[in-house]
Amino acid sequence: MADKKFNPLPGFGLTMGYTLFYLSALVLIPIAALFLKTFQLSWHDFWRVVTHPQAIAAYKLTFGASLIAALLNAFFGTLLAWVLVRYEFWGKRFVDALVDFPFALPTAVAGLTISSLFVANGWLGRYLVPMGIQIAYTRVAIIIALTFVGLPFVVRTLQPVLANLEGEIEEAAATLGASRLRTFFSILAPTLFPTVLTGFALAFARAVGEYGSVVFVSTNMPYKTQIAPYLIVVRLDEFDYHAATAIAVVLLIISFLILALINYLEGWASRFHN
Amino acid sequence: MSIEVKNVSKAFGNVAAVNKVNFSVKEGELMALLGPSGGGKTTVLRMIAGLEMPTEGDIFIRGVRVNDISVQKRNIGFVFQNYALFKTMNVFKNIAFGLKIKKWKRADIAGRVEELLKLLGLEGLEKRYPHQLSGGQRQRVAIARALASKPSVLLLDEPFGAVDAKIRQELREWLVHLHKDLNVTTLFVTHDQEEAMEVSDRIVIFSKGNLEQIGAPREVYEQPANEFVARFIGVMNVLEVEVQNGVGRVAELEFPVPTHPDGKKMLIGFRPYAVQISTDLAQYRYRAVLVRTYFLGIMLRLELELPSGLVLRSRITKEEYALLGLSDGREISLQIRQYRVLSSEASGLPPELHTTYELPPTIGEHI
Amino acid sequence: MAGHVQSKPTSLQTASRRGTEDAPWVKWTLISIGLVFALVFLLLPLLNVFFQAFAKGWSVYIASLTDPDSWSAIRLTLIVAVISVPLNLVFGLAAAWAIAKFEFRGKSLLITVIDLPFAVSPVVSGLMFVLLFGMQGYFGQWLDDHNIKIIFAVPGIVLATIFVTFPFVARELIPVMQATGSEQEQAALTLGASGWQTFWHVTLPSVKWGLLYGVILCNARAMGEFGAVSVVSGHITGQTDTMPLRVQKLYEGYGTTEAAFAVASLLALLALLTLGIKTWVEWKTQRAYDQAQRAVADLKSEI
Repeated sequence: MADKKFNPLPGFGLTMGYTLFYLSALVLIPIAALFLKTFQLSWHDFWRVVTHPQAIAAYKLTFGASLIAALLNAFFGTLLAWVLVRYEFWGKRFVDALVDFPFALPTAVAGLTISSLFVANGWLGRYLVPMGIQIAYTRVAIIIALTFVGLPFVVRTLQPVLANLEGEIEEAAATLGASRLRTFFSILAPTLFPTVLTGFALAFARAVGEYGSVVFVSTNMPYKTQIAPYLIVVRLDEFDYHAATAIAVVLLIISFLILALINYLEGWASRFHN
Repeated sequence: MSIEVKNVSKAFGNVAAVNKVNFSVKEGELMALLGPSGGGKTTVLRMIAGLEMPTEGDIFIRGVRVNDISVQKRNIGFVFQNYALFKTMNVFKNIAFGLKIKKWKRADIAGRVEELLKLLGLEGLEKRYPHQLSGGQRQRVAIARALASKPSVLLLDEPFGAVDAKIRQELREWLVHLHKDLNVTTLFVTHDQEEAMEVSDRIVIFSKGNLEQIGAPREVYEQPANEFVARFIGVMNVLEVEVQNGVGRVAELEFPVPTHPDGKKMLIGFRPYAVQISTDLAQYRYRAVLVRTYFLGIMLRLELELPSGLVLRSRITKEEYALLGLSDGREISLQIRQYRVLSSEASGLPPELHTTYELPPTIGEHI
Repeated sequence: MAGHVQSKPTSLQTASRRGTEDAPWVKWTLISIGLVFALVFLLLPLLNVFFQAFAKGWSVYIASLTDPDSWSAIRLTLIVAVISVPLNLVFGLAAAWAIAKFEFRGKSLLITVIDLPFAVSPVVSGLMFVLLFGMQGYFGQWLDDHNIKIIFAVPGIVLATIFVTFPFVARELIPVMQATGSEQEQAALTLGASGWQTFWHVTLPSVKWGLLYGVILCNARAMGEFGAVSVVSGHITGQTDTMPLRVQKLYEGYGTTEAAFAVASLLALLALLTLGIKTWVEWKTQRAYDQAQRAVADLKSEI
């Protein structure tokens, strides 16, 4: 303690104090309230609430749809990042800027416009509905909305890694006689995999918590198209604070686990560097 | 005394970066802190500036103890290794910054900045931003900025480290002239012994946090206090000998050391220029083969292998080399004209052992 | 990089393309898939917003926006942003200064806590404030006794918004401040500058682009937040409806689809503006980076 590193720059006490105060007031106390409320429930009641069939159905939908959306993003996001980093084509800069659009667009607007694309007279619905493909207000619509909101994560985590990849590695593989496909699968894929996984986890975490866009694209029917965050709102509207809180704690703990996983993955992804 | 460092130590965690260091800088002196990287010299400089705090010991600037005075109040000029110019300000604003902080009047600021621009040959560049300057210009802006509010001492951290070898030479001469003109006490850090020798009035040599020697360039070169200094300053042949009957021996070489007891092991050092050679094999006592020649410009360095396999380094001029008609593989005779006993760090010998023993002059000596 | 290879696309050159280049059919297939995906998932929804908003013409569009309840939602959204963005700006600067310029134990834990709102579902965020300040909440009774309304009122909306958006500025600033190091600040100190002077004249100008980017991201999210605000707002038309909540209400039958899209189009415009500024900031910082690189190159060739 005595040899705490001297730093001639002033302001550490002030800024650190303010940061801790702000975080305590905004994060720690509210989260403490959430857990405190949960502890008022007996274990039995807690278990009954969080394993209610309606809740189980909501978790299944939330995690299932999020998983599919994150997988779609992992695939298309990798492809898009590759195309944006490796190739030159007309309109590239525009597409690159557009990738951030889901970050910038309020989720309510995203849900609204996606929903209206797939209704019977929408731009896509007018072709799909006559073919018997009903997307609006189904689980597919939820997956599409979740894919939309999570789209930038894989692209943006992968882009800098791809750009910094030394061309020499691939050239070395080529001089050793490896074909492009072979180089991709035995050299590039293992290097990029941890980063893709990080992006996947980020997109998944985002999708699990997503509420705004899903409200618009789903009918929010219990057991069918009701996601877990929506169920919390339903319980709140019924003034069942304990049930709402219990389900919220389940979601929160899962979020923490994903966050820990992401931190671990980032460490893993950077293990080849430095 | 302009700067006094008394018994100063600095530890980072459990690592001692500086260990009980004492030295002082006279008013108007140009002094170098020299040593290999990690030697603690930059830490000493930063402690004088107030950018680091000593773990123990006192620092005085112009007789005032500054340990408890903040960096802002010490009135020092500091030039950072990478200059740390304010990237968002042009040259004029960079130089004027300290004056503005000290609430100088606008006209005075303009006058002072103009004076400095002229002094440092930066006229016409005042509107440029750091990224629009060459390395040498950046360094001069950094020095102008440090000098602006007339500091009592100027501290420079590796001032020539970030520029190219070629302009480094120019900058060295320029720093000497600037120092002559301004006569401000200047202390600079360098790891380049040649640079320290050429530029400074006196040199403080550091290694692993310890002060090894203080002295004028000639002093530390000719009378190194210990093995470290001897090896660090210039090239030196260092041999371990064992004393028998007042003579230190290693392989076929013999070094008379009358005052040392028998059986003692010690280090003998001699500069390459002290190794004299001749193509006349009968002229000097030892025989050797010239195994390799290094061309260093006007001087040449020769590697000479004795029959026992021991290799010595010698130095002669180009003309001499031509005159003697030397070439690699040629057999020669040699003598060691001058050598000294070194105290070795490991054995912890006191530094007063740097006696010089002269051999009786031999016939045909012509260096 | 490959520009000179492509300059004369003869069949001969195609045959002898570099070993690290993909075959043209691979390249164009990948580009096509990427473009179609971007088109369907990004561009189509964007265009649809404006198309739907103007489906019944300008006059309907203007009328939808000037409707008193929509107008009040626009005003509330602006008020919420005006309060929460500056607060988060100050927090971001303080947190970034402490984290980027100093070494201390528990730093990575602190960064994780700052990231927390990104991982917590907006609905859960809103719920936490209901549990604290709602009628059934821990401070509910006390607040009611003192006639202070937080939940189902503007203060609750502001609180929820601050929670959801506080990481943005800090997250943008920390890497920028870490990258610039603290040598320039130390130089300012040796020249006699105080902490504030150093911050104001040296630190702030060198992080301004990162700061601007963080602020616009924070603002975009503050104006567009739905989930957290939805839980604490109470949905009182004309009083506690923000623009995203108003969009929902109009869409769910309290108005026309066109009106919902009209309000949504303003939010979409905000998103486009945010992207525009972001691209501009990136261009600016890229240019500054290039200049620095060129300066280094000059330095090396300077003989």
